[in-house]
Amino acid sequence: MTGFRLADGGRIDRRTKRNFTFDGKARWGYAGDSLASALLAQGQMLFGRSFKYHRPRGILGAGVEEPNALVTVDRGPGRKTPNLRAPSVALHDGLAATSQNRFPTLKTDLIAVNNMLSAFFPAGFYNKTFMWPRAAWEKVYEPIIRRLAGLGDSPTTRDPDHYDATYAHCETLVVGAGPAGIAAALEAAASGGRVFLIDEQEEIGGGALSDPAQWAWLAEASAKLAAMDNVTVLPRTTAIGHYHQNFVVAAQRLTDHLPVDEAEGPREKLWRIRAGEVVLAMGAIERPLVFEGNDVPGVMLASAAKTFALRYGVAVGRKLVVMALHDSGWHDALALHKAGVNIAAIVDLRREIAPELAEAARDARIACYPGYAVTGVSGGQAVNGVTVALAGVGKGQKLECDAVLMAGGWTPTVHLWSHAKGTLRWDENWGAYVPDKTHENLRCVGACAGDWDFGSGLVRGLLPAPKPLHESKAFVDFQNDVKARDIGLAVQEGFRSIEHIKRYTTNGMATDQGKTSNLNGLQIASGVLHRPVTDIGLTTFRPPYTPQSFGAILGHHKEALFQPLRKTGIDDWADAHGAVYENVAQWRRARYFPQGSEDMDAAVARECRTVRSAVGIFDASTLGKIEVVGPDAAEFLNRMYTNPWKSLEPGRCRYGLLLGEHGFIIDDGVSARLAPDRFHLTTTTGGAARVLNMMEDYLQTEWADLDVWLTSTTEQWSVIAVQGPKARRVIAPLVEGIDLSPEAFPHMAVREGKICGVDTRLFRVSFTGELGFEVNVPAEYGRMVWEAIWAEGEKHGAAAYGTETMHVLRAEKGFIIVGQDTDGTVTPDDAGLGWAVGKKKPDFVGKRSLARPDIVAAGRKQLVGLLTDDPQAVLEEGAQIVADPNQPVPMTMIGHVTSSYHSATMGRSIAMALVAGGRDRMGETLHIPMPGKTISAKVVAPMFYDPEGSRLNG
Amino acid sequence: MTTMKRFSGFNLIGEAFRSHQGWPEHWPDKAPKASYDAIIVGAGGHGLGAAYYLAKKYGITNVALIEKGWLGGGNTGRNTTIIRSNYLYDESAHLYDHAVKLWDGLSQELNYNIMYSKRGVLMLAHNVHDVQSFKRHIHANRLNGVDNEWLTPEECKAYCPPLDISPRTRHPVLGGALQRRGGTARHDSVAWGYARAASALGVDIIQNCAVTGIRRGADGAIEGVETERGFIASRRVGVSAAGSTSLVMKMAGLDFPLESYPLQALVSEPVKPIFPCVVMSNTVHAYMSQSDKGELVIGAGTDQYTSYSQRGAFHIVEHTLAAICEIFPIFTRMRMLRTWGGIVDVTPDRSPILGKTPVKGLYVNCGWGTGGFKATPGAGDLLAYTMAHDEPHKINAPYNLDRFRNGRLIDEAAAAAVAH
Amino acid sequence: MLLIHCPYCEEARPEVEFAYGGEAHIARPVDPSTYSDEQWEEFLYIRSNPRGRHHERWRHAHGCGRFFNAVRDTVTDVFETTYKAGEARK
Repeated sequence: MTGFRLADGGRIDRRTKRNFTFDGKARWGYAGDSLASALLAQGQMLFGRSFKYHRPRGILGAGVEEPNALVTVDRGPGRKTPNLRAPSVALHDGLAATSQNRFPTLKTDLIAVNNMLSAFFPAGFYNKTFMWPRAAWEKVYEPIIRRLAGLGDSPTTRDPDHYDATYAHCETLVVGAGPAGIAAALEAAASGGRVFLIDEQEEIGGGALSDPAQWAWLAEASAKLAAMDNVTVLPRTTAIGHYHQNFVVAAQRLTDHLPVDEAEGPREKLWRIRAGEVVLAMGAIERPLVFEGNDVPGVMLASAAKTFALRYGVAVGRKLVVMALHDSGWHDALALHKAGVNIAAIVDLRREIAPELAEAARDARIACYPGYAVTGVSGGQAVNGVTVALAGVGKGQKLECDAVLMAGGWTPTVHLWSHAKGTLRWDENWGAYVPDKTHENLRCVGACAGDWDFGSGLVRGLLPAPKPLHESKAFVDFQNDVKARDIGLAVQEGFRSIEHIKRYTTNGMATDQGKTSNLNGLQIASGVLHRPVTDIGLTTFRPPYTPQSFGAILGHHKEALFQPLRKTGIDDWADAHGAVYENVAQWRRARYFPQGSEDMDAAVARECRTVRSAVGIFDASTLGKIEVVGPDAAEFLNRMYTNPWKSLEPGRCRYGLLLGEHGFIIDDGVSARLAPDRFHLTTTTGGAARVLNMMEDYLQTEWADLDVWLTSTTEQWSVIAVQGPKARRVIAPLVEGIDLSPEAFPHMAVREGKICGVDTRLFRVSFTGELGFEVNVPAEYGRMVWEAIWAEGEKHGAAAYGTETMHVLRAEKGFIIVGQDTDGTVTPDDAGLGWAVGKKKPDFVGKRSLARPDIVAAGRKQLVGLLTDDPQAVLEEGAQIVADPNQPVPMTMIGHVTSSYHSATMGRSIAMALVAGGRDRMGETLHIPMPGKTISAKVVAPMFYDPEGSRLNG
Repeated sequence: MTTMKRFSGFNLIGEAFRSHQGWPEHWPDKAPKASYDAIIVGAGGHGLGAAYYLAKKYGITNVALIEKGWLGGGNTGRNTTIIRSNYLYDESAHLYDHAVKLWDGLSQELNYNIMYSKRGVLMLAHNVHDVQSFKRHIHANRLNGVDNEWLTPEECKAYCPPLDISPRTRHPVLGGALQRRGGTARHDSVAWGYARAASALGVDIIQNCAVTGIRRGADGAIEGVETERGFIASRRVGVSAAGSTSLVMKMAGLDFPLESYPLQALVSEPVKPIFPCVVMSNTVHAYMSQSDKGELVIGAGTDQYTSYSQRGAFHIVEHTLAAICEIFPIFTRMRMLRTWGGIVDVTPDRSPILGKTPVKGLYVNCGWGTGGFKATPGAGDLLAYTMAHDEPHKINAPYNLDRFRNGRLIDEAAAAAVAH
Repeated sequence: MLLIHCPYCEEARPEVEFAYGGEAHIARPVDPSTYSDEQWEEFLYIRSNPRGRHHERWRHAHGCGRFFNAVRDTVTDVFETTYKAGEARK
């Protein structure tokens, strides 16, 4: 034996050395080692410090249940990962691991002073103190507690790695590739269906990896599975959760086991697997025992010691004592003995030991202590002996050893079963919950089903001890430093259910999610309360099974792919012409086009002036568009919108107002009747999908008798608004087949023809108050037509304008923007749009709600205009309005500013506002209290420019 | 009445020398008496608060608090513990600020450290509409005496260093609204603190006792509740049963404008302090804080369908973490430790119903949706007030059932598209 | 993620293709003006919200676009059946 490495055995490759560092010191191991086995082989017993008391801690388990040995692995800039479990970290060349939660070093941790003060920090201590003086909690106590809490350090820079994700479908998904899982996969594969076999470890085999007798069989089965086309085997893949209808999410680790310079491609891959049948073969996890000193480094699970010896060729000590309550401890001890590990003694609380086990131990010259319990462990940072006593209370007897193995029985891994809302039943033989019923096509096989022969044992977590419970330092949850006495204290303080006990003590809430502590906690609570375990309840397992990187979960959904950014066909042109953008719903839209050193105000003022004096061109393609077709199209719109539609003649347009059934405005837009049975609807940019869905809803479910078809055409059309007195002159040379004269083509009309040789639906509409056209062309020609219009426009001094100018121009005319001047609580009358409600219509969506008492009551907020007394003062949008500026806070607010701009046209500021009883306040002066000053403004009609509408004619 | 052993650093040290054997039960588990002056159904934070305030402020100490499971086991123990009051409408601002005022000093009042931490709640604006909406909130809050201030992107970054304010993100940060008095508290401690204090004032806390019926007299008024442990008489019954409220109301013959949806939340593994405040972003749908233990506490959205399964879909988690890492890209290597689901009861205007019902003697507190935790002390106090006076307090008067008939809705979400 | 059988496509598809449409079989009155405020409130807002069998609407939004009805257990989230709009309540 070199160090703690056994002379032979294990699945490690002794010809291939791996160099790595731990806390900066050079170490080495073999290919096939885990970080834990390599460090153990070099005699490292101390792996970390506990969460609360900073007690020295070693390895407990050899797998995902490990609570103590958490490390940070540094794979270069931005690639630091905290809280990895050393037994699950595959060793590779250049691995750089550091221990956590210690200051300054693992061996000399000054914060271990907490341990000496632990009497003052029992479960729930923080509820009982830190309350005086009142301000000190946030200023003093909480910052200290926060600095002490937490395990490793969060990354602080952007992660350069990327993560993959995929969907998969199969007839059978087997989770866990131990003997039971492999058998299930082979059986399922034989029937020809698609089979996925996934396992969290570096290689498949599960428990068989720790049993050399099974290796030949395992190799054969692996080869057989690999050769089958219908089988996908995924090692290093953890099923993190089971969701509705056999939707299992699994995460595959692709590169972390490789040296940094060999790691290519994504770091992890998320598999979202929908399976016909899910077979859980997740095995069982051995339970630790709860006794004084059970957390000294060197005290670990018997199964872990066996795995380290037989799979990795590492002895966890030179002289081991086994504390067993279960036959499996004897089996493991004998296997270890056979592998050359020195087992000094087996202590078992049971007086009666199965004769064949006792005999085998005798043959191996292992001292046996039936009826005894370990009552104490000596050693600080490593075990140097144990005290054993008959029945735990007899005279203590010291045994020299450097490691203690615990065999407390087995807990079936029912996590995914529980995720699926499968029920559990208590199995007295296992001393654990085992799967019972499920409504999914889901079954458990092997140990996780409670169907595995580990032998028999005593069911109790807490060993009898000479000290009373409230004085003992026997740990239940190692990572969270929960002692058996904390559970006793919780019960003493009136916490009865396991959910309460868990939350009060934090038992089972550490990063191992209670894999080794839940059952022991439950048993101890049951003992203290003198009630059966099943009365105490059980804690629910929630996904994920083991902690899972955010990166794999979000996959490709980051940066540009977080959400699609929609761009119009003209977006490139805007970009090339210096547009500043804003995001509107999923779209980006040009907000303004600054020239030279212009800021937004200057650019907008110029754009506004140009539209009013010459012509402006605006990309309105983001407007939602719906084609409504069918003999009942007019009837349908008549029912949907507030306005009458049946009387609208083909070739004409109408402003439509859409309410929810609750009577409040939810959308608007100008729509055209192209033919008796065909309408071209427009919606707001953000509302397109919502409106279409709503219309489909009514059409399909309320008025299925109407013969109407709805099609979203938002992306079929590019829309170019040409607005201003010269608008007609700009488009005239480009348009064919449409008479543009005012007589032939009046305001609010639509014509079909050609522009630049392309089919167009040409609207004569205006959201600016100027003569205006909206040119609809098939989206693929949008850029071409835009450039042609722009070329013509330049001859007339045109400006391209963006959404900000559009907003100012429409506000000058008092046109509302749904979502800005309305907010989901505004009726047509509130918005001054009573004229858009068909008075004679018997019904339309939302009509009945408009008759509700509060909607017809006086004093509702109504849309008005505001003119500040100081014409240069621009109100802030969202500013609140009061009648009496001198009242104390809280003030009575009567409304708020919805839109506010400096109007270059008017040479002053203008604003729109919703004000209680606003239309009765015309001429009244209201006040807008701002920090440090109050602005006064006069209520006016929300129409600031050209109230006669004469400019519509150019 | 039981005497309550006072919690203090002094007593904690004293107890340390006798292995803490002197701490009594937080609350004794009581069997129901035949009748009470008032019954509260549902021992979540709100119900516990109502029982406490009935006894403490309104002089009704003969109170039973009936819970079908374990106290604090529903949404009280499943939420992301955010506290704030920077709501838009006067009604909402007054309601939530009433709660925030009670949060302040609650540890001392209950003699139980509920760990109210005014870390500040920062709500991010990502587009011009958000900016307009947040400014509207800020102005309204200022005139209502509720703190809320505008921060520039750089100020947001200074307040919360992990925030990415670069223009490269899909939804660049244009600023934020910060309520400094906002923050978090320890949810379980709130339930336990109220339970302990209420119990000391004489309230009977009766767990594992599901209500199976509501008994009304010939005049229609409440006579008491049928439970798994027999009939319990009272002429005043307050129901504060979150996702189960509509089921209880049906027992009284009332149909309620409520639907119950799954809501998920999750935490990361605990790490050393990295995230100093609460950040919410409605546009990317994410909110997050870091607990005292070091876990990043992250709220997800509701699933689209109604359910009592306390289980949500994974794509909701995927989206939530994508949103979190969109604004805090340094966290992609952090690991999700635990997810869980709750059942939230949602009204048509997403504001609560808190007041009287058409049944005499039956009072209700429900419909808090995803935002109930922050209101805990306020909701408890107002339910207690309403039960004690048979009239709502002026703060909760607008939160009546009539609003769904007369149209006087309180629709914060419609007004601002801001998540609760 | 639920797996939902669209009765029009006759295929079970993942939930992300569908949009939930609220409780089913709540017909809009033919003439709402005849409804009292109470009746209108009930139509707009009162929902059964049962623990157990729930009749609900879904739309195969990213599929055929059709609305259909379903019966789902709100405790287990298991679908009992889905059926076309207009068919009798199941």
